[in-house]
Amino acid sequence: MSSPTEAAASVPSPLPPAPSPPPPPGPVTGRSPGRLMRRRFRRDRTGVVSACVVVLFFAVGLLAPVISWLYGKDPYTLYGQEQPGLLDPFGFPAGPLGGVSGEHWFGLEPGLGRDVFMQLVYGIRTSLLIALAVTVATTLTAIAVGVTAGYLGGRTDYWLGRLMDFLLGFPSQLFFVAFMPVVVALFVDPREETPTWIRVTALVLVLWFLGWTGLGRLLRGQVLALREREFVEAAKVSGASPWRIVRKELLPNLVTPVLVQFTYMLPGVVTAQAGLSYLGVGLVEPTPDWGRMFATAGEVYENDPAYLFFPGTAMVVFVVCFNLLGDSLRDAFDPRTGR
Amino acid sequence: MLRFLVRRTLGAAAVLLLISAFTFFLFFSIPQDPALLACGKNCTADAVALIHRNLGLDDPVPLQYAAFMTGIVTGREFAAGPCPAPCFGYSFANDRPVFETLADRFPTTASLTVGGAVVFLAVGLGAGMIAAARRGTATDKVVSSVSLVLSSMQIYFLGPVVLGVLVYGTGLLPSPSYVPLTEDPAGWFTGLLIPWCVMAVIFTANYTRMARSTLIEQLQEDHVRTARAKGMPGRTVFFRYAWRGSLIPIVTIFGMDLGSLFGGAMITEFTFGLAGLGRLAVDSVIDIDLPMIMGVMLFSSALILLCNIVVDAAYALIDPRVRLDAGSSA
Repeated sequence: MSSPTEAAASVPSPLPPAPSPPPPPGPVTGRSPGRLMRRRFRRDRTGVVSACVVVLFFAVGLLAPVISWLYGKDPYTLYGQEQPGLLDPFGFPAGPLGGVSGEHWFGLEPGLGRDVFMQLVYGIRTSLLIALAVTVATTLTAIAVGVTAGYLGGRTDYWLGRLMDFLLGFPSQLFFVAFMPVVVALFVDPREETPTWIRVTALVLVLWFLGWTGLGRLLRGQVLALREREFVEAAKVSGASPWRIVRKELLPNLVTPVLVQFTYMLPGVVTAQAGLSYLGVGLVEPTPDWGRMFATAGEVYENDPAYLFFPGTAMVVFVVCFNLLGDSLRDAFDPRTGR
Repeated sequence: MLRFLVRRTLGAAAVLLLISAFTFFLFFSIPQDPALLACGKNCTADAVALIHRNLGLDDPVPLQYAAFMTGIVTGREFAAGPCPAPCFGYSFANDRPVFETLADRFPTTASLTVGGAVVFLAVGLGAGMIAAARRGTATDKVVSSVSLVLSSMQIYFLGPVVLGVLVYGTGLLPSPSYVPLTEDPAGWFTGLLIPWCVMAVIFTANYTRMARSTLIEQLQEDHVRTARAKGMPGRTVFFRYAWRGSLIPIVTIFGMDLGSLFGGAMITEFTFGLAGLGRLAVDSVIDIDLPMIMGVMLFSSALILLCNIVVDAAYALIDPRVRLDAGSSA
């Protein structure tokens, strides 16, 4: 974060807005920065629409069992094998577009004949759950390390900085792939069946381990800048404890960058996790998973392109909306950036 | 400059050492006997004991690590045969020295990376420049929104679609494959064209967005305004002043991308069935081929660190304000 050009390129969010000025007295009603931000956000139509889509995705994930109950199907039953006529003799769904029908809205999975709509809904649930866990853990770690390094400075800062350099030197994708089996093996004997929750935990751990460094470094820079500001100095002079300064003076000023980075990070985690499942080292059958659908789809694409269409489109819509939401949030928090 | 390079190389070597230690200890703490993996199917207790002795698996882990690290520098002697200088051990899966396999796979990954980088730099930066030069016009809006959608694409989604249209559907291009450039330049080009373009689509968008935003920022700088006010032609101002100023962040990201691509573009290689380093990594992880995983990990990390050093050195060439010897880490 040395030169302005560098800051603008690597980090979409610039310095946080100035600490809230006291509301001006008199007839002019004051607005807090939070309220101003909400007003600006509501005027941004793209932002509101993408926020709605993002909420919809989370609702789908959260309400997956309810959707399953209303829709009358589940992601595990092999409909195509139970009811003759749904799959052709080669195992591909009969009927147009991968077997789309009133019964099976998004068609059937080739081979096993499971319901694609249910697989996607439950797959979104799994992916979002993991991504949320990773993003929350990552953000909390980044805040803890960033604030510690930035506020304490000196030797602590130096060593935390070296730790972050070290972790940033790892080839991240390779690390994810290579360490999944190791982390799983730490919990269970490789000869035994691995329970799903252990795989999920391993995924979260592996993605968290390297994930927090970028945000940690960003927050360290912000704290370093904030530490020199007058209001922190004033708090120090008036005898506030370091813990109070961190809690009351520093953290409120970090809300903006944290929230914006959180929005940018989450879709990244979703696609990284899907990538791992795609490569065959993430979640395994029969847990429904967004990424694994791409692995199946890639194998059968030549004969059944429709199977790729639904999860693929859903993922593009999800990532686009999340990125748009991130841009809108950033603009709402800090109108100076502009587009 | 020389002092800087020496310091950075030493730093990188230290990081590599740490990565290797970390990886080694973690892998060898798996509660699973590596000898069983090396031995394969129909394995007897005697064979396991023999492998134990040959690989030195009965030694404490720190000793094994020391032997491994010395092997990289001096080479080692295994029962399976000699393992010359950069020795990462023998693969459990194919019984060849790991380094041989790495050297075999590297040209595929390098071709993929270099070709892809040419495409995404040319298209990405070009589009970004156009958008910045025509800021606020329809062209700018189209470029910006297209790049947003493309940057949200995934290779595992786009890859099969492109294959379906260009290979299975119309037969315009052959199925992606790798032939060495020296053997058949035309085959090399057509075989890698689809992977290059698909990989480039994902990266292009990032470069477009970044080039656009930094250029717009640079165009508002004082020295650019001064040059314009003095009557310098718009084109010269754009390329000589604004463009040069916006290079630093682009070079930074490019170095990081290049490093990680050289280390193996896993998803691209997997999608198009190319046998590069990325594919090797995935396969060796699935087979739990420990020496191979160690080898790929170290090799890729070394490439990433090398690219970072080159990038930092490039700063000084682009921006005379950056003085490498003075700053702590440029």
